[in-house]
Amino acid sequence: MTMIRSEVLKSLIPVISDQFVVCNIGLPSQELHLLDDQPTNFYMLGTMGLSSSIGLGLALAQKQTIIAIDGDGSVLTNLGTLPTIGNNVADNYILLIIDNGSYGSTGDQPTYAGKKTSLTKVAEACGCDNVIECKAEDTAQVMKDAIASKKMTVIVCKCESGNIPVPNITMDQVVIRDRFMKALEAANA
Amino acid sequence: MSIHKQIVTDMVNNNIEFITTVPCKQLGGVIEEAENHSSIMHVPCNKEDEGMGLCAGAFMGGKRSAIIMQNTALGVTLNSLATLIQFYHIPLPMLISYRGELGEPVACQVEMALHTKALLNQMLIPTYHFHKREDAAELDKILKYTFMCNKPVAILTDATFWKGE
Repeated sequence: MTMIRSEVLKSLIPVISDQFVVCNIGLPSQELHLLDDQPTNFYMLGTMGLSSSIGLGLALAQKQTIIAIDGDGSVLTNLGTLPTIGNNVADNYILLIIDNGSYGSTGDQPTYAGKKTSLTKVAEACGCDNVIECKAEDTAQVMKDAIASKKMTVIVCKCESGNIPVPNITMDQVVIRDRFMKALEAANA
Repeated sequence: MSIHKQIVTDMVNNNIEFITTVPCKQLGGVIEEAENHSSIMHVPCNKEDEGMGLCAGAFMGGKRSAIIMQNTALGVTLNSLATLIQFYHIPLPMLISYRGELGEPVACQVEMALHTKALLNQMLIPTYHFHKREDAAELDKILKYTFMCNKPVAILTDATFWKGE
């Protein structure tokens, strides 16, 4: 069975709908917004590469589990994030790298992660302790287990490249931030 | 009280609990104070735009944050400043070592110093320049201003300031 990113996200919704999620710029955020808009989703409307960093900052600052959804291209553009994650262990942090071997939002140009570079091995070499590479169809179960484990986990989901047509997010960015922060504050109260 | 301790004390008094840093000789004393302060979580980062992501996350998680960096890195942070910190209205004090000013021994550092204030001005980032030691007395007000207006604010600290001349 082959799945593209939007299908992986769809399979994840029952598992992450009630979780705090930071979602990567471009199509991943637009797809998550279309599939399951929640105050607990923080959509990045810009700043390629920083989803994992925003997620780590969030996890280190408070107690709720934070899931950062990133892409292989975005992790490659901010590769310094992996040593920071590996050396600052937050057991309420899960980084999901949806690795489709391409820059999906810009027209599916190939990334080096789809060629010789293994982000799984890079993450391990950077000091991340629980790195799990999985098939696209197993992602929801791996995520469920990672949430239950309460251990910092990096999931590298190998899937096919490809996109579905999705509308832009028109919600005001300060509203996105404000409702996310209020939901998080309420959960921590 | 040393200037390093004074700066970190002002940050703590303004409820800053999360600091990310990139190493700098001039800022070494402040970074050490931040590392050793019990109420500050210090997370070194590998690049300044990564640091701004960490700070944005920490702020959204309820901890006021700050970044300590060199002016030479300003260029790599411009997109993060515009599309994350400014776009989402996130307050971010940026304590910046202003390399390339009077007393600078390395010619190459002058090149980014020439662009530093122009870039900050272009980005509409409120900018304060500590040149004399007494200029640091304004830090408390600068931090309060930052968290009042939810903007990035730059505090440039040059070699003369650090020498205490």
